[in-house]
Amino acid sequence: MKRQDNSKLAAVSVCLLLCLVVAGLSLSLTNWEVSAAPEGKITGTVKLDGTAPHMKGIDMSKDPWCVKQHANDPAHLELVVVGKDNGLGNVVLYISEGLSGDALNAKPTAVPVFDQKNCLYTPHVLAMDVGQEFKVETSDQTAHNIHPEPNPLTGNIPWNQSQPPGAPPVTKSWKAVEMIHVKCNIHPWMSGYFAVVKGPYAITGEDGSYTIENVPPGSYTVTAWQETYGNQTAKVTVAGGQSAKADFTFKAK
Amino acid sequence: MHTNLLKWPLLLSVVVALCFSTAAYAQLTTYQLQDWLNSPAASSHVGDITGNAKAAALPYRRFCVGCHGELGDGNGENAVWFLTPLYAQPRNFQLAIFKCRSTPTGTLPTDQDLYDTIGRGMDRSNMPAWIPLSKQERADLVAWIKHYSPRWQTEKAGTPIQIPPEPEITPERVKAGQDVFARMQCFKCHGVQGKANGPSASTLTDDLSQPIAPFNFTDGSRPKCGSTDVDIYRIFMTGLDGTPMPSFADNIKPDEAWDLVFYLRSLQPHNAYNEKERQIANQLGLKPVNPNPAQ
Repeated sequence: MKRQDNSKLAAVSVCLLLCLVVAGLSLSLTNWEVSAAPEGKITGTVKLDGTAPHMKGIDMSKDPWCVKQHANDPAHLELVVVGKDNGLGNVVLYISEGLSGDALNAKPTAVPVFDQKNCLYTPHVLAMDVGQEFKVETSDQTAHNIHPEPNPLTGNIPWNQSQPPGAPPVTKSWKAVEMIHVKCNIHPWMSGYFAVVKGPYAITGEDGSYTIENVPPGSYTVTAWQETYGNQTAKVTVAGGQSAKADFTFKAK
Repeated sequence: MHTNLLKWPLLLSVVVALCFSTAAYAQLTTYQLQDWLNSPAASSHVGDITGNAKAAALPYRRFCVGCHGELGDGNGENAVWFLTPLYAQPRNFQLAIFKCRSTPTGTLPTDQDLYDTIGRGMDRSNMPAWIPLSKQERADLVAWIKHYSPRWQTEKAGTPIQIPPEPEITPERVKAGQDVFARMQCFKCHGVQGKANGPSASTLTDDLSQPIAPFNFTDGSRPKCGSTDVDIYRIFMTGLDGTPMPSFADNIKPDEAWDLVFYLRSLQPHNAYNEKERQIANQLGLKPVNPNPAQ
């Protein structure tokens, strides 16, 4: 009787061992597959076709502290930011179609920062992933209120928090894809965006160039969003470990 | 020929139907509404009263629909006569953004919060205090208005903020309250004397881009979300969502918050609540804060 029990135990343990080996093999196989097709990237340049529209100067006389900060550096609206060779800045680039699985759902761990500096938002547009945490800070010695205005029916709920001088940062995240306008009621000229997208994203610098990293091989639609000119899309195919190119041109209005 | 002529009205009716379907995107269909009315979600809990949405269908039509509208979108027949900034627009229940909450900014209010608003009414607006309605009827209406926004199906009400018991008022506290007023720069909108004439007051707009005025502490107005000390504490700690008034919960400690309540009271003309505060402020000879200390 006892012997039989022992043999049963042996059989079970052999089975278990086999299972482990199979599991281990399949794991290493999937790893091998991933390393065989490394992630690529999408790069390009966003340009403005035509003359850059005139950006009005900002009258900050409501708040003498703000005026003082811009005594030698007048502030201008940032609706269209054009740099060298007509490169268009503050354009958000993201993959709007073609992503799935981990590539779509992976949440970046970086915590981007939105600073209230000299009575303006730095950066003017902050891009982030759905569910990614971001921070709102203030460097100013004047009070702000940080007031994003999403459409509550998208799942992003508006909130409104004060940030007096020395206030601790506010850490938040958004639930849904949306270009969310942010304002300060105290300083009505302050205007910025939280660009919430799903999957890897990039934002152009003043030269209009961008690189979306960590894109698995595949065919995608890339969307470029600019706050004044709206959306443009392009189709790209990314090969493993390679860099695909997608350039965009927005017509000046 | 005949069939060709028939095509156009057909196409037109399809277009019209499409228009209506998008206009009512947040609405439940009649069948969904019936389902919802029979579900446990169609209730509210206010103290020991349980409100029942079904019972409020007729009272809503009788008392609320004129301003808040059939669709609960704040576009009732009377809404066009509401002239801002004197009179706020009727609440749009589809968005479920409410000023008067005991819950943090960006969260849904509790049933009690909504019930209190119905009973209190809104000073400086066309919303009267619905005290003639019984407590049960008011609780029923709280349950009813929840079917206008999908948010009540996907979100829970926020957790009410903790309010410590009100401390004894002292001259030190009134003085400390003024320091909080200066540090938080409340004067940017409310003005250094609370007269609603701060530098940013004239350009304030609400979330629907309608002009809106900051609260004037000195003209005898009642705060929209209640006049008691606890109400005032709650107002600046939770903020009035949908308006420029932010939440100060991250920046004012609970004890300091009571100091600020006492100072704000001293700005108000004599009323049922502020005898002591005004006396102390007089004795201290408090001068309005300096809006530009660094200049």
